[in-house]
Amino acid sequence: MIRRPFSLYAEIAAWLLMPGVVLAFFPSYCVLASQIAIAGLFALSLDLLIGYAGIVSLGHAAFFGVGAYAAGLLAQQGWSEPLSGLLLAAIVSGVVGYACSFMVVRVQHLAQLMITLGISLLLYEGASKLRVITGGDDGLQGVVVAPIFGLFNFDLFGRVAFLYSFVVLLLCFLFVSRVVASPFGLALQGLRENPRRMAAIGTAAPRRLRKAYVMAAILAGIAGALLTQTTQFVALEVLSFKHSAEVLIMLVLGGSGRRYGGLLGALLFSLARDWLSDLNAEFWQFGLGAVMVIVVLFAPGGLIGGVARILSAWRHCGEAAGKDDSRKEARA
Amino acid sequence: MLGILLGVLFDGLAYGMLLFLISIGLSVTMGLMGFVNLAHGVFAMFGGYVAVVLMQHADWPFLASLPAAFVAVAVASIVVERLLYRHLYRRSQLDQVLFTIGLTFMAIAAITYIFGPSQQPVRLPAFLQGQMRLLGLDIGIYRLFLIGVGLLVMLGVVFGIERTRFGARVRAAVDNPVMAVGLGIPVGAVFAATFAIGSGLAGLGGALGIQILGLDPAFPLKFLVFFLIVVSVGGLGSIGGTLLAACIVGICDVAGKYFLPEIGAFIIYAVMVALLMWRPQGLLGKRA
Repeated sequence: MIRRPFSLYAEIAAWLLMPGVVLAFFPSYCVLASQIAIAGLFALSLDLLIGYAGIVSLGHAAFFGVGAYAAGLLAQQGWSEPLSGLLLAAIVSGVVGYACSFMVVRVQHLAQLMITLGISLLLYEGASKLRVITGGDDGLQGVVVAPIFGLFNFDLFGRVAFLYSFVVLLLCFLFVSRVVASPFGLALQGLRENPRRMAAIGTAAPRRLRKAYVMAAILAGIAGALLTQTTQFVALEVLSFKHSAEVLIMLVLGGSGRRYGGLLGALLFSLARDWLSDLNAEFWQFGLGAVMVIVVLFAPGGLIGGVARILSAWRHCGEAAGKDDSRKEARA
Repeated sequence: MLGILLGVLFDGLAYGMLLFLISIGLSVTMGLMGFVNLAHGVFAMFGGYVAVVLMQHADWPFLASLPAAFVAVAVASIVVERLLYRHLYRRSQLDQVLFTIGLTFMAIAAITYIFGPSQQPVRLPAFLQGQMRLLGLDIGIYRLFLIGVGLLVMLGVVFGIERTRFGARVRAAVDNPVMAVGLGIPVGAVFAATFAIGSGLAGLGGALGIQILGLDPAFPLKFLVFFLIVVSVGGLGSIGGTLLAACIVGICDVAGKYFLPEIGAFIIYAVMVALLMWRPQGLLGKRA
């Protein structure tokens, strides 16, 4: 029989309780909560690349932006049904991701950083210059989204937006959890740790990495489409380098290579930005930089990694003490 | 038409020389230690602000503020290298990227707090202003000056690397650090010195570039991409490659903005992606 650990039940309970807690106790924070869910999904998609496949991307916002613009253009042109719009946006970003994956997987190290960065810069410049289609700097306007299932209209307080984003996040999270535990996910982690050895045991590295890249692109595209549908607007900034850097910060703050790292990072990052950036923009930017420096120097696994290390050290101490006790007993 | 073409070529070369000055240190230090230093633009910006402060508040002449910018940035970079960077050489590329982006954010916020977010003005001495006619072309004297300085620095760097004992140690350390340590070369100290000189050159480039690139707190992020393009396209640790890439980037950017303003920076990014697909280790890079 499969043993189901206590933590699994706690996990399920937390996911089930979360929307209720937000709606009951923080009803005025629904808009923020839906943005956090979207940022969490975006960070989760980057985690699949960085934390599992070991591909460092400096331009992941490219696919977030493709999804956002795809969903926005569809809705603007009259395709206002949200679920099919989300699906189509995911397909579009998947296709773009597939085309880019050949370039990204071909190269390593600095060249890989630069190719991922270059792709996002190209898309940013493209969207900024194609004013007729994208609206350029002014953003894409006139996005109209119909009620979900024809029943739930996106309200002013963001309740429907939050629940919609949350459910999509949950589905994507389950998908990623399944993927990283599969043989495919293990192969990715093997490629991250030791590509040469994985090649020696017969893993087709480029194909695995391309597949992971497309998955990450699709998930990022879904996140972008969610943002478009819940805010009914697309800003050019979704494609910017700053956006790519922010999601990287969220992921590393939480802890990459751990399923909850991106979600925790997105939560803390968004809350901190909500509170601090209104006070003083320079203060926020300085603090952000300082947090990154401190996390890299003192907590390489992010917050989750740091907590896990403390816990394991504590457990280790406990075990050592336990052994000590038993030895004493034996002597006695 | 030919005149316009030559004019664009000339402006592009001057721009490329600035990029070369700023990027050469990044290229050599990345090649030497494999350290991805995205905070390199901060050193260039720091040099620019040192020059501005000296000129505005201490009434230094422009030409005297240039070596001051070099020295100030070189000294500051040694402090940063010994205190912080040293601990990250063995860490993953991702850690280095994050750490240096964090430093960049901190520097941008601090500079904004001290100097405000606006562009800093620079007053060039009279003999560097204006135009001159050369071979039937109107040529900006300051751009000519830039090209001259760039070529001088390149000659100096090539001489230093190819003809001096220190340069031989740097080359040995780039090619095979483990063997270099085995031969008794103090690779750590060689790296610190190289890092200081490279950062100092970036500071010099930042001070020289106020007139052309502008100087505001967003400088390190705004031009980071250009420095990285130059370094990655040129090939890590290659002086000739860096110069070639800097000139390509400079000319493509100026030409693109002049002839095809509606697609803007598109050209330069497309050229970079294409060149990197063709030669992932850079045009003249040795190692992948």
